[in-house]
Amino acid sequence: MEPVVTRSARIGDRPRPKKNYLNETRGVWSWMTTVDHKRIGIMYLVGTLSAFLLGGIFALLVRLTLLTPAHKLFGMQVTAETYNRFFTLHGAIMVFLFIIPSIPGSLTNFVLPLMLGAKDVAFPRLNLASFYLWVVGAVMAISSMIIGAVDTGWTFYTPYSTTTSGTVTLMTAAVFVLGFSSIFTGLNFIATVHKLRAPGMGWFDMPLFVWSMYSTALIQILATPVLGITLVLLMLERVFQIGIFDSRIGGDPVLFQHFFWFYSHPAVYIMILPGMAIISELIPTFSRKTIFGYRAMAYASVSLALVSFIVWGHHMFVAGQSQLATVIFSALTFLVAIPSGVKVFNWLTTMYQGNISLETPMLYAISFLMLFAIGGLTGIFLGTLSTDVHLTDTYFVVAHFHYVMMGSTVTAFIGGLYYWWPKMTGRMYAERWGQVTAVIWFIGFNATFLPQFILGSRGMPRRYYNYLDQFQPLHAFSTVGSWIIGLSLFMTAAVLLASLRKPADAPDNPWGGTTLEWQTSSPPITHNFEEQPVLENEPYDYRPKAVTH
Amino acid sequence: MSSHTETNTHGAGQHHGGPKIYTANLFALLFLTVLTIAAASFNFGSANVVIALAIASMKAALVALFFMHLVWDKPVNAIIAIAGFLFLGIFLMFDFIDVTSRVNFQPRNGPNMENATPAPDSMNPLKTPAPRPLDPAPAKAEEHK
Amino acid sequence: MEQQFDTSKLGMWLFIVTEILLFGGLFVGFGLMQHQYPREFIEAHEHLKQLIGGHLFPLYGSVNTIVLLISSWTMVMGVNAAQTNQQKKTVRYLVITILLACVFLGIKYVEYAHKFHDGLLPGIFYSHQSEDLIKGTHGYATFFAFYFMMTGLHGIHVVVGIVLLSWLAVRANRGDFNSEYYTPVDLVGLYWHVVDMIWIYLFPLYYLIS
Repeated sequence: MEPVVTRSARIGDRPRPKKNYLNETRGVWSWMTTVDHKRIGIMYLVGTLSAFLLGGIFALLVRLTLLTPAHKLFGMQVTAETYNRFFTLHGAIMVFLFIIPSIPGSLTNFVLPLMLGAKDVAFPRLNLASFYLWVVGAVMAISSMIIGAVDTGWTFYTPYSTTTSGTVTLMTAAVFVLGFSSIFTGLNFIATVHKLRAPGMGWFDMPLFVWSMYSTALIQILATPVLGITLVLLMLERVFQIGIFDSRIGGDPVLFQHFFWFYSHPAVYIMILPGMAIISELIPTFSRKTIFGYRAMAYASVSLALVSFIVWGHHMFVAGQSQLATVIFSALTFLVAIPSGVKVFNWLTTMYQGNISLETPMLYAISFLMLFAIGGLTGIFLGTLSTDVHLTDTYFVVAHFHYVMMGSTVTAFIGGLYYWWPKMTGRMYAERWGQVTAVIWFIGFNATFLPQFILGSRGMPRRYYNYLDQFQPLHAFSTVGSWIIGLSLFMTAAVLLASLRKPADAPDNPWGGTTLEWQTSSPPITHNFEEQPVLENEPYDYRPKAVTH
Repeated sequence: MSSHTETNTHGAGQHHGGPKIYTANLFALLFLTVLTIAAASFNFGSANVVIALAIASMKAALVALFFMHLVWDKPVNAIIAIAGFLFLGIFLMFDFIDVTSRVNFQPRNGPNMENATPAPDSMNPLKTPAPRPLDPAPAKAEEHK
Repeated sequence: MEQQFDTSKLGMWLFIVTEILLFGGLFVGFGLMQHQYPREFIEAHEHLKQLIGGHLFPLYGSVNTIVLLISSWTMVMGVNAAQTNQQKKTVRYLVITILLACVFLGIKYVEYAHKFHDGLLPGIFYSHQSEDLIKGTHGYATFFAFYFMMTGLHGIHVVVGIVLLSWLAVRANRGDFNSEYYTPVDLVGLYWHVVDMIWIYLFPLYYLIS
């Protein structure tokens, strides 16, 4: 019998260290002043998941309002302004407080140095500063909601955003602060990848997770500052009416959209690349097979990041952009689909003839493949001028971006959370229940958003709180779907939190992963490795080995 | 990190640069400053801005290469700096393409149809209609009501 | 040590890129607004010049440019001094750099005072009697909005620079830096050169276009 990959360190193979990063020092102060990337990752996890909950509540309120065309909520009439606030706050919280910071701040922070065989990131104190900037931004954003709320849509288009009442200035200031949190995180990761790899680990020996996160960090550095200046200009226009974005005082509203989308389009790749990073780990591990086309995957990640910068005008096809610019942006948008396609095909090929096991993380990964295919392809419909003219600002767009942001990124996030949960906490969750959450997630997600493609193509506009009667069945179906999503997430929280009541006896490497984080204890010791690991294998080397010592 | 007892002790400061080069660089920069001020007193038409920015870029390059040590540093630092300018250039370029190829549309229905911008030719989508003369004063907007 | 120095430098250059894009956004906005209001912007430029012997000449702008270039030189000489273990020289060069930065701010203050006096202020504060406002196209007000935003943001960076340089001078005086360790001096130096570079681009676009 050919021996299969040895799973290192079952219980009893290596003595479990008594002190690990969780219990070595105790007390709130030791956490608040930590510079340990693992602790910072846990704090980010708690913070961003709380934001996810808040954004999710607003989502449920949106969907409840849309249950009937009468825009009522629990018997009370919802005004247009209130509805605008619901979807604005849902969008702004989800984009700026959750999706952009979550995977980089939590899972990547935890796992990246371990994967590189490093003790920590390049600038540990900057890492903590990033987290506190997130906290400050979150407090400012929530304050703006309590004091007055914003009703402009998360995109803050002018001139409405420069003239409406509401706490726009405070919210944009919050996003400015959050932007710097993101920038510093990206800066840290780039420096870490350049300088702190283990001996023997060249660029093409790194896990693909690192390549995707590096690409994400490139975007964070290059794009986020432009968001910063956009928000400053927005605030100044609001307060001093400087005349840059409002045509009544000589400005150009389309200029705002250029400024805004120059960041916000690359930003959606800040959202998806970390999800892809996770999938590149899950698929080889649960197929027991080397990733197909390692270099292509690495190059695809970087090209996604770079090409994402030249397509932003596809958000502005009907905004008043010139015809020439529109055509150029449409053509370039098709280009950006290519690296995405390469990745999907390579993941599938990796699975082909692999030794697949369907644990919870893998179920989420397979969901990702299906949902991302739909999300990505519908992006092409939107990038095509002749169809976009009909589909823009309809529910088709809403469905598209939820398929990529939620169906892909959040799916991958949850999968990654299950995957690295034993590493982070030292506990295994209840596997059967985890698999149940994955199935419910897939059903709930599709139930919510698949009807929205149909709604959009039949003309249901986005951000409207009432609609023609003929749309109600699909809207109602979608709303029920949102409850199923809620159920799945609630169950995931229960499954993971329940595992914490068990003793910390997870194996070092429960999944048989080949990357370096699985070579240390679960949970890891504070400085990650007992001895500096030296890389000896190719990445994702699942070739059969002789059983060693 | 693994502690190294390297004998390369000057941080990364192998003594590149030095007062002579820095002073020479300063004089070059001052010269270019005088040049650009002098050039501004001539009118080269639309080349004015180009010349001014070209000289400014030369000055910026001198500051980056010599004062900021890029000439003597590892290439990755220069690559990072160039990337910053490159992406800024992309932002500028596409925005300019948009703004300079816009057409001022006059509505095709309503009272002043003789001033209407012709519909785009669907067989030649990239050919923008001939631009109209500059908009008359906003007083026209009130007439539409 | 060398790897830490290299890593810090890499981190600093990454931060510099964010500054390039932050300011660059304002440059792009300025350029596009100039395209929208070519006549008003060119006329407004004249208000940034001073009457010297019957001609309009950008005196304040030119002097400030030279002041900053020299301060960049004193900065890099300071880094060099730290690198070669010359503690007193390091402090001296840092102090001169600070003084030059203060001169820059002083001249800026004079310029701003003139603008306040003439009512050439951003947006709703604009009160200068220009042909433009009467016609209602707002090009002047937008120009001065950008003028104050860009020179103002630049000025804030100069102030931050003065704070950092002062902190460095104190530490250099204490003997914190030597040929083995002068990283903070180098990094603040890089920051200061960026401040200079931004002005190198600001100067022609604002003061030399006519």
